[in-house]
Amino acid sequence: MIIVKDLYKSFGEAHILKGISTTFEKGKTNLIIGASGSGKTVFIKCLLGLFPYEKGCISYDGKIFSDLTENQKRDLRAKIGMLFQGGALFDSMTIAENVMFPLRMFTKQSKSEMEDRVNFVLKRVNLADAHNKMPSEASGGMQKRAAIARAIVNNPKYLFCDEPNSGLDPKTAIVIDNLIQEITDEYQIITVINSHDMNSVMEIGEKIIFLIDGVKVWQGSKETIFKTDNEAVTNFVYSSDLMKKVRQMYIEERQ
Amino acid sequence: MNYLHNIGKYFLMIKEMFRKPTKWSVMKHLILKDIDDLIISSLGIVAFIAFFVGGVVTIQTALNITNPLIPKYLVGFATRQSIILEFAPTFISIIMAGKVGSFITSSIGTMRVTEQIDALEVMGINSLNYLVFPKVIALMLYPFAISIAIFLGIIGGMAACVYGGFTTLEDYITGVQLDFIPFHLSYAFIKTFVFAFLLATIPSFHGYYMKGGALEVGKASTTSFVWTSVMIILLNYILTQMLLS
Repeated sequence: MIIVKDLYKSFGEAHILKGISTTFEKGKTNLIIGASGSGKTVFIKCLLGLFPYEKGCISYDGKIFSDLTENQKRDLRAKIGMLFQGGALFDSMTIAENVMFPLRMFTKQSKSEMEDRVNFVLKRVNLADAHNKMPSEASGGMQKRAAIARAIVNNPKYLFCDEPNSGLDPKTAIVIDNLIQEITDEYQIITVINSHDMNSVMEIGEKIIFLIDGVKVWQGSKETIFKTDNEAVTNFVYSSDLMKKVRQMYIEERQ
Repeated sequence: MNYLHNIGKYFLMIKEMFRKPTKWSVMKHLILKDIDDLIISSLGIVAFIAFFVGGVVTIQTALNITNPLIPKYLVGFATRQSIILEFAPTFISIIMAGKVGSFITSSIGTMRVTEQIDALEVMGINSLNYLVFPKVIALMLYPFAISIAIFLGIIGGMAACVYGGFTTLEDYITGVQLDFIPFHLSYAFIKTFVFAFLLATIPSFHGYYMKGGALEVGKASTTSFVWTSVMIILLNYILTQMLLS
């Protein structure tokens, strides 16, 4: 379990995170939602230790992150899989080499064992034929799937995804969402996703945290988000006519 | 104050570069790749420039020796001294600051912009060791490129001298062999090692700590070229003062 207590982060005079507290449980897809500039990416980067925070506490399975030495932090990070917004695949490597990279760095597996594992995860993300493609030759969806494959190849305990659906068509976005949820269930990992995509929220949001200007204003799930009276949440989630109709239909169905 | 801050940050980067080394099986491939990217791919331009600048140095020396009492073989002597002491180690290093330096800054800067460095850090890899250390090791072969530059500079001078009719081949060779002090070669290679370290680390610093997008990658490459050249010229002066005076 990841526990966050009273987290504060500023850049100079700009206060980005203002006392966020929450927990992320094993086997659940946790979504962080909020408008652009609400502090979602900063929050996720604080969780990963990429940004130091001023106040508060983050613990991974009981280990307080700020108490760890640099080497212990790096050991912990080896158990983390991260899907960056743009994929962040290494340009100089093929997709298969990208996926194999964490295995080469952190395991003592033989080449054939690593190749078997890479074949398995690439098949798992439906990229069985893309081994020798360079990232620049792959579409946005393929790059995202390759990045997911790289994130899960070393059996991580924690998976973080920064806007996994940005720049993707709706069909590919659903494929990515389903893939992340299946992986979370299958490997019982803790998944934290940063998203604007309301479709993702409704599809896979087992726990949803809503941020406004660095403050957690609401917490719930994909079921409770339909019923909430919280005005800030309804204004954000149901800002489009389509989403308003979806909510109306859901409420009528339940009555 | 900002300069002091950056100087401190540069030395901290160098310290961090040696912490938590990358697995040797991975590192050796990175080093070999960087030798190819930084040294082997630069040999062509180094050879071309060395040959022709060697020729120009010879022609200008020959044309400026107008006094009939000065022996013609001094053209070879002056060419050798210019090339070994200054032209090969310093002039070529400034050219390399443009070629190799901007390559290093733009490749590391692009990795920063596209979050590839964050990806390395999240995986628990010391990104400075992974990215910068192989470049430092690869550039320790830089004196090899300078040896070629010295050789071709003297050959270029010889070709210009003989085919331009400034002096005979025998005179030129006599001049090249005249009063040779082996320490001058040591001086050239000491300078080269220092410049190699600067060529690897200053551009890496500008790429690694850059902020912004694609436009800033270009700006960082320009800044890194300027600072690498300034430091090469400054250390050239200090080392010359220390080693030759």
